[in-house]
Amino acid sequence: MQRSNNTHYTVIDENYRLTESRTGDASEDEMFDGIGQVHAHWQAFIAALQTLGLEEMETRHQELRRLLRENGVTYVVHGEEQGHRPWELDPIPLIFSSAEWEKIATGLTQRAELLNRVLMDVYGERRLIKEGVLPPEVVYAHAGFLRECDGIAAEKTGGIATRKLLLLYAADLARGSDGQMWVLSDRTQAPSGAGYALENRTALARVMPNLFGDIGVHRLSFFFRAMQNELEEMAPHGKANPHVVVLTPGPLNETYFEHAYLASYLGYTLVQGGDLRVWDGRVWLKSLDRLLPVDIILRRVDDVFCDALELRQDSRLGVAGLMEAIRLGNVVVVNAPGTSVLENPGLMPFLPSIAKWFGITADSSLLLPSVATWWCGQREERVYVLENLERLVIKTIHRKPMAAYPLFGAEMSKAELETLRKQICAEPHLYVGQEQVHFSTTPSLIDGKLEPRHATLRSFLFAQQEGYVVMPGGLTRSAAKKGALIVSSRAGGVSKDTWVLADEPEPHVSLWRQPKNGLRPLAYDNVGNSRGLSSRAAENLFWVGRYAERAEGQARLLRIILDTLQTSPLAEDARDGSELTYLHNLFRSVTGFSGTAAPTEKRNATLSDELFSLTLDTQNSSSLVSTLQSMVSAAYAVRDRWSTDTWRVMNNIENLCTALERELTASQSGGHARGQGTALEAHTLQDIQTELDRLMIFLAALTGLNAESMTQTIGWLSLDMGRRIERALLLIRLCRSSIVGAYDDWLENRLLEAILAAAESLITYRGRYRAELHFPTVLELLLLDRGNPRSLLYQLKRLQQHICSLPREKLGYRLSEEEQLILEALTQLQLSNTRHLAERSGQLRQGLEKLLARLAQLLHELSETLTRTYFSHVQGPQQLVTVN
Amino acid sequence: MHYQITHKTHYTYSNTANLSYNEARLTPRDFARHPYKHYTPSGVLSAWGHLQQVHGSRFVVEPQPTSYREREDFFGNTVCYFAIQRPHQTLTVTVTSQVEVKRHSTAARESSESEAWEAVREQLQTSLHPEILETRQYVLDSPMIPTRLPELREYATPSFAHGRTLQEAVRDLTARLHTDFTYDPGWTTVATPLAEVLAHRRGVCQDFAHLGIGCLRAMGLAARYVSGYIETMPPLGQERLAGADASHAWFSVYVPDVARVPHTPTENYLQSRPSGNSLERTSTASCGEWLDFDPTNNQEPGEQHITVAWGRDYSDVTLLKGVVFGSGTHELSVSVDCRRETC
Repeated sequence: MQRSNNTHYTVIDENYRLTESRTGDASEDEMFDGIGQVHAHWQAFIAALQTLGLEEMETRHQELRRLLRENGVTYVVHGEEQGHRPWELDPIPLIFSSAEWEKIATGLTQRAELLNRVLMDVYGERRLIKEGVLPPEVVYAHAGFLRECDGIAAEKTGGIATRKLLLLYAADLARGSDGQMWVLSDRTQAPSGAGYALENRTALARVMPNLFGDIGVHRLSFFFRAMQNELEEMAPHGKANPHVVVLTPGPLNETYFEHAYLASYLGYTLVQGGDLRVWDGRVWLKSLDRLLPVDIILRRVDDVFCDALELRQDSRLGVAGLMEAIRLGNVVVVNAPGTSVLENPGLMPFLPSIAKWFGITADSSLLLPSVATWWCGQREERVYVLENLERLVIKTIHRKPMAAYPLFGAEMSKAELETLRKQICAEPHLYVGQEQVHFSTTPSLIDGKLEPRHATLRSFLFAQQEGYVVMPGGLTRSAAKKGALIVSSRAGGVSKDTWVLADEPEPHVSLWRQPKNGLRPLAYDNVGNSRGLSSRAAENLFWVGRYAERAEGQARLLRIILDTLQTSPLAEDARDGSELTYLHNLFRSVTGFSGTAAPTEKRNATLSDELFSLTLDTQNSSSLVSTLQSMVSAAYAVRDRWSTDTWRVMNNIENLCTALERELTASQSGGHARGQGTALEAHTLQDIQTELDRLMIFLAALTGLNAESMTQTIGWLSLDMGRRIERALLLIRLCRSSIVGAYDDWLENRLLEAILAAAESLITYRGRYRAELHFPTVLELLLLDRGNPRSLLYQLKRLQQHICSLPREKLGYRLSEEEQLILEALTQLQLSNTRHLAERSGQLRQGLEKLLARLAQLLHELSETLTRTYFSHVQGPQQLVTVN
Repeated sequence: MHYQITHKTHYTYSNTANLSYNEARLTPRDFARHPYKHYTPSGVLSAWGHLQQVHGSRFVVEPQPTSYREREDFFGNTVCYFAIQRPHQTLTVTVTSQVEVKRHSTAARESSESEAWEAVREQLQTSLHPEILETRQYVLDSPMIPTRLPELREYATPSFAHGRTLQEAVRDLTARLHTDFTYDPGWTTVATPLAEVLAHRRGVCQDFAHLGIGCLRAMGLAARYVSGYIETMPPLGQERLAGADASHAWFSVYVPDVARVPHTPTENYLQSRPSGNSLERTSTASCGEWLDFDPTNNQEPGEQHITVAWGRDYSDVTLLKGVVFGSGTHELSVSVDCRRETC
């Protein structure tokens, strides 16, 4: 296996070595050692790559992209290019040898222990400040030092005396030109990235399944199991089987994907602040039927937003009274509010002496040093920073909103430097200068070739009774452009998997040894689903059901209209009156206008304009695209509830929306030519037809997955109730906007046929009656047929069953409001008589209209009652402040 | 002097509130002159140096709260947390306290004339005495007082002539604030920024206190915010003071005792600090004191000022705040009665 010369590796072309460094010093690349040979721990991978070939690797890369896109792995970007940005993963991993990783892990553990001690002191005795080890301003001027959290280190800890305060810790590392790993920054309050690291590994393993087995890479799942185990151990009051929730700010957060992904991977409930409430000094989850106690909160909401009573009062993301629940020891928050004081480059220069002061190190040196940092609160340091501004990185000690820190002195103009100098002099204690580390490059696959890119590694640790467990690997991010040093996802950086090799000949004491108590398997079952569905999640599921059904109905109708337009491509004024009425009636069914004055009968709007608008116009709230967007965003709000397959279907639908919107742009740009020929129009109509056909397949897949792959818990019930209510309402709307009016036989027959088709019942009708369309028989099939899963009666029966199984307090013999509503609807329908309903009086079928109007009203009331009773317990909080 | 203080806060909601969480800083605090004064033979103060002693305090909430707990906050103030978990349309919090104030305005001043304000600033910056290190947080910006506001320093400068003693300078500043600014209830709100108060030269006691603190911090000195009461009925023949029948606010400035501060100026923390376990703890005896000034009334608080709580600014000592669910809009009424008791 040992090769003496890497010229054997044709995958590494000569250009790589030329472009790879500015200085020509090969040690600056992760792959090479000091004399330009491929490191032993890279050889197995490079050899495998050689066998596979770069071309094949590029194919796998495309496969990887598709997989991540379909799995909906995203990163939300705010600002100019808003939206969900697909997660970028480079198939070439960053590789560490077992021996080196062991050193890194020991260093990380030391740093985590040290930061934990600092945290305990800062919220406890503050001896570091009082005894002059740490300048007061580094803590007191830091926005993350929350005086409300004072004493949390000493508060009750649910029976565990020696618990750490810093539980989850992440550090950004990079290799400097001296070959040493350096800490660039500490992430302590709610570190993100662990979930992305896991997803990266999962995706890569799917695309290159053999590689991991052959090379021997440490698994990441170990870390998560240990974390689950530790969480279990730290439950308040020693409670067994604690209820853990993941608190997310919601779908607009940039790493929302990860919150949902981790919640479902770990088997925890994903919640938002509004889902939780403090009651009797404890935290509870508002679920459909009752309040469920919450024991542990994995927090992804910034600490100042956690409690509107004691922290930021304008926050809607947290839980009022949470701080008090923490003080009482009734809930454990990971990490506790106040932890962000450690995300503080002002601490860095003092860490070595603090370590020595605590007795953690004998001399003032850490195993894993911080990048050289000068805190401007000290005179000499300030002078140094001001004199070297143009070659340092300037940061504030805490993150400032709306500020562009870090600033790279080397990239600033004279005037900008002068402004910065003034800012530093005005508030020196808020600034640090840091050495600009020219960290190492690592091979990346760029357009089918290996190219060097600068990279940093975020590593993750979780506290154990003794020490910390270190994730063997982490989230590596590399710069998008050659030579660039900014690697953040925001700046277009690409992520990488991180491999720690397991099978090396040298003896190796594993840091990630088995915990004493043994490990529990991860909860892959639906425990999380059944015991922790919040009212908000249920409401979102209900609306996913309604929107999905609405989209399906709209798409069917639009297809029928398209068919007509395409089979007789005439200008509007060339069509005869009956056909126009027919089309207008169908349009009304899509928009839901039930009156006689259809908005489509404006002379200046052509039928195809109307069709485009109803299909594609996002500005039109009754368009198909709008419905689909609403469905996707409701689904996204309960991202953790969907299986991978379901989410793939959702993603396909989202992509299709984008495609449909493109059609709109195309049709608009072709607008000038429209008058001249119908060829272009027909072409675009054809495209829409194709997209609608695809959409129908996706929606059918979604229906199938909902019906067959979801456990029939309360969540499924909510979804299906949504579907049933919407399907019933659609059918009613369809009937009211077309066949309630009385028309000539030709038109009536066409309308009946269209309605049967739109209600997926045409084949049934033909199969069963093999006859002419007969009005009462059609009504029978559509409204009153028990066996037709598309009939109105069928929807109402199912609704009644669902409503019966909803949790509720017994009211004696009295029926609840929603039970009364569905009973009335069913009774009205069942007491009706199709022959009577088919009777005309003048231009209208009065009986039919009356029945359908009443049923529609009852169903709307039912939807509102369900919302009021089960879904929105969420009342907006009010602030009370006395004036002086 | 003994006082009986009744502070009543009453909310009426337009809708029924189902749930409310509240936090109150309405219980007066005990505090003492620093122990070293005990050894000063001036003899004006009582043995333990109590400046204020609370003999009793009752906290009554209507309707009865489900949870109620008292704790001490970061600044040592008493905080009462309570939650109401049943439908209610009104909320009444009544705090009745018996407080003895032993501070004599003049006595406190005579015993501790400080040195030049520049020397005090230098001490704050360089001393490694634990008390001074802790006090340095009161030089920094706080949520409602952006110390770097250039107008603050501009306004303060005339009072801080070169070589003036700290107390002289602060007395002058207090008098100028009293003269230059108009006491105008209703013009500002809790949220009016300091810059606006400065521009319009009017405000209430909270604004006056914030201005004083801002000026002192702009000069590199340590100052904090004090919330409290002022005697309602003045003794015969004296004028009734502004801020009576309501809660009041003023500020405190930190004055180090020159003789007691070990002068060990060192700027570089990285320089060999002895290791923790063998470190000889610097004397924990106090080395300075906080002196109060009331710019609203141009007074140096003595027996007529009753202290409830202190912090960096108003936001640290908000009397009563809460989060209520379902309340709709609310109306508030507050009454304070603070009378002298003859015993």
